Amino acid sequence: MTGIVALYIFMLAAFTGYEVIAKVPVILHTPLMSGSNFVHGIVLVGAMVALGSADTTLEKVIGFTGVLLAAGNAVGGYVVTERMLEMFKSSGAKRGDKSQGAH
Amino acid sequence: MSRYLSADILIQGSYLLTAFLFIMGLKRMSSPVTARSGILWAGAGMALATLVTFLYPDMTNYPLIIAAIVVGALIAWWSGKRVAMTDMPQMIALYNGMGGGAAAAIAAVELYRGGDHGLVTMVLAVAGGLIGAVAFSGSLIAFGKLQGLIKRSYRFGGQQFFNLLLLLVALVLGGMVALHLNASPAVISAFFAVALLLGLTMTLPIGGADMPVVISLYNALTGLAVAFEGFVLGNAAMIIAGTVVGSAGTLLTQLMAKAMNRSLGNVLFSGFGESGGGAAGAVTGSMKAIEAADVGVMMAFASKVIIVPGYGMAVAQAQHKVWELTQLLVDRGVTVKFAIHPVAGRMPGHMNVLLAEAGVPYDLISDLDEINAEFETADVALVIGANDVVNPVARNDRSSPIYGMPILNADKARNCIVVKRGQGAGFSGIENALFYLDNTRMLYGDGQKAVAELIGAVKAIE
Repeated sequence: MTGIVALYIFMLAAFTGYEVIAKVPVILHTPLMSGSNFVHGIVLVGAMVALGSADTTLEKVIGFTGVLLAAGNAVGGYVVTERMLEMFKSSGAKRGDKSQGAH
Repeated sequence: MSRYLSADILIQGSYLLTAFLFIMGLKRMSSPVTARSGILWAGAGMALATLVTFLYPDMTNYPLIIAAIVVGALIAWWSGKRVAMTDMPQMIALYNGMGGGAAAAIAAVELYRGGDHGLVTMVLAVAGGLIGAVAFSGSLIAFGKLQGLIKRSYRFGGQQFFNLLLLLVALVLGGMVALHLNASPAVISAFFAVALLLGLTMTLPIGGADMPVVISLYNALTGLAVAFEGFVLGNAAMIIAGTVVGSAGTLLTQLMAKAMNRSLGNVLFSGFGESGGGAAGAVTGSMKAIEAADVGVMMAFASKVIIVPGYGMAVAQAQHKVWELTQLLVDRGVTVKFAIHPVAGRMPGHMNVLLAEAGVPYDLISDLDEINAEFETADVALVIGANDVVNPVARNDRSSPIYGMPILNADKARNCIVVKRGQGAGFSGIENALFYLDNTRMLYGDGQKAVAELIGAVKAIE
């Protein structure tokens, strides 16, 4: 990927992130922060590639730590966000319909 | 060759789909109606990206990769399922720190390996490593503070200067590595050590009350670090997802700081946020107690009741009882609304999560701007576990530390009932003028017990 293409991606993604969040109500601040926290868990794929190309023991140790932390970010972020959002219901929604809660 | 090519198309196509799912997921998460499906979309994207990454050409160490994923995922799954809703802020900090650490680890692997990367790539690798390491150690401190592991804020004279110095040292070391002046393992190690130290010293002086803003900032920083490392690895999914989180997180940080009546610079550099501290003007008058039975009658025959919950309600685990009381009142034809101050709970939106956990539908919940005009038409304002956010001195006493903070106008209701454990001043130590008003009555007792008595009182009518 050339630098300039990466810059275009960077710019467009920055606008996208801003626009997507721009009108979010305060009631969703906590879950949304948690949700965006989950999204950067995509660092997992980078950590996998880094560990997958590690040669020396040092690189392997750091790579292993990276994958472990990244997996924690992705899975933990998903679990807590899902738990929070699962509870948000309107008074119209029938209670106990989706019994997804605790597994 | 053609096998590599088709694998590459599959991988890149999947990453594109992942980026789409992330953006749509976040979009859906910004409305309560579609929020639940939003995280499912984003989750599907993550699963897809992770799976296709196993198809990357020339990968080795598969057993290590799988072992690391399994261990990390199991620990996070276990902790994420167990954590109480009241402890959500520090768990977000913890998972965020892990992401920052992972970005720093990618940078470390790339830098230790060396190789002839171009200047831009090297600069971004170093920058991502710096930001990721700061977000990692900083988030761990934030976690420690909110979890109560770190009880006090550490400050010393010249702290700002010291932090600035650390940042400069990190930049110089990083610059040496990026410009290939001296990329020896010793310099790289020193660079990461200083970056990690900077995260610690930046976060330690910040008080617990300001932590949500800090966590949100580190969330945005981690996104940025991920985007930078994505460029280093030529991974478009990481660039897009990281940048989206970086900009969304920055905006969210500003929104939160605004809701808490603090500026970001104030949070980071003033070392405040511990408490307003300080003696406010004395309040005259007396607090007048009331019995639960009387409040029950008052509420049962009201036409409109506004409940003002604070974090104290969640600590007393009274939210389920409050919802039970609400349902009783609604069945009697009373209009019941919840008024949420932006800083109710431990971070903006936290109280909504706690009420949602108890089963309160989100359309009964209003924020400050929506509800404040309605207090004047309310027969009863029931304040439970909240204190500073309903203190009228914020409106009219210039000498008060909380002067200027937007508050909920509970004092404007015809009757204001305050559920409170005892007579002392609240968490912040600021006397609350609301308690002494003529239309205010105090219902003393533990939150959960007091609301249970109210339920009994309402049921007894008939």
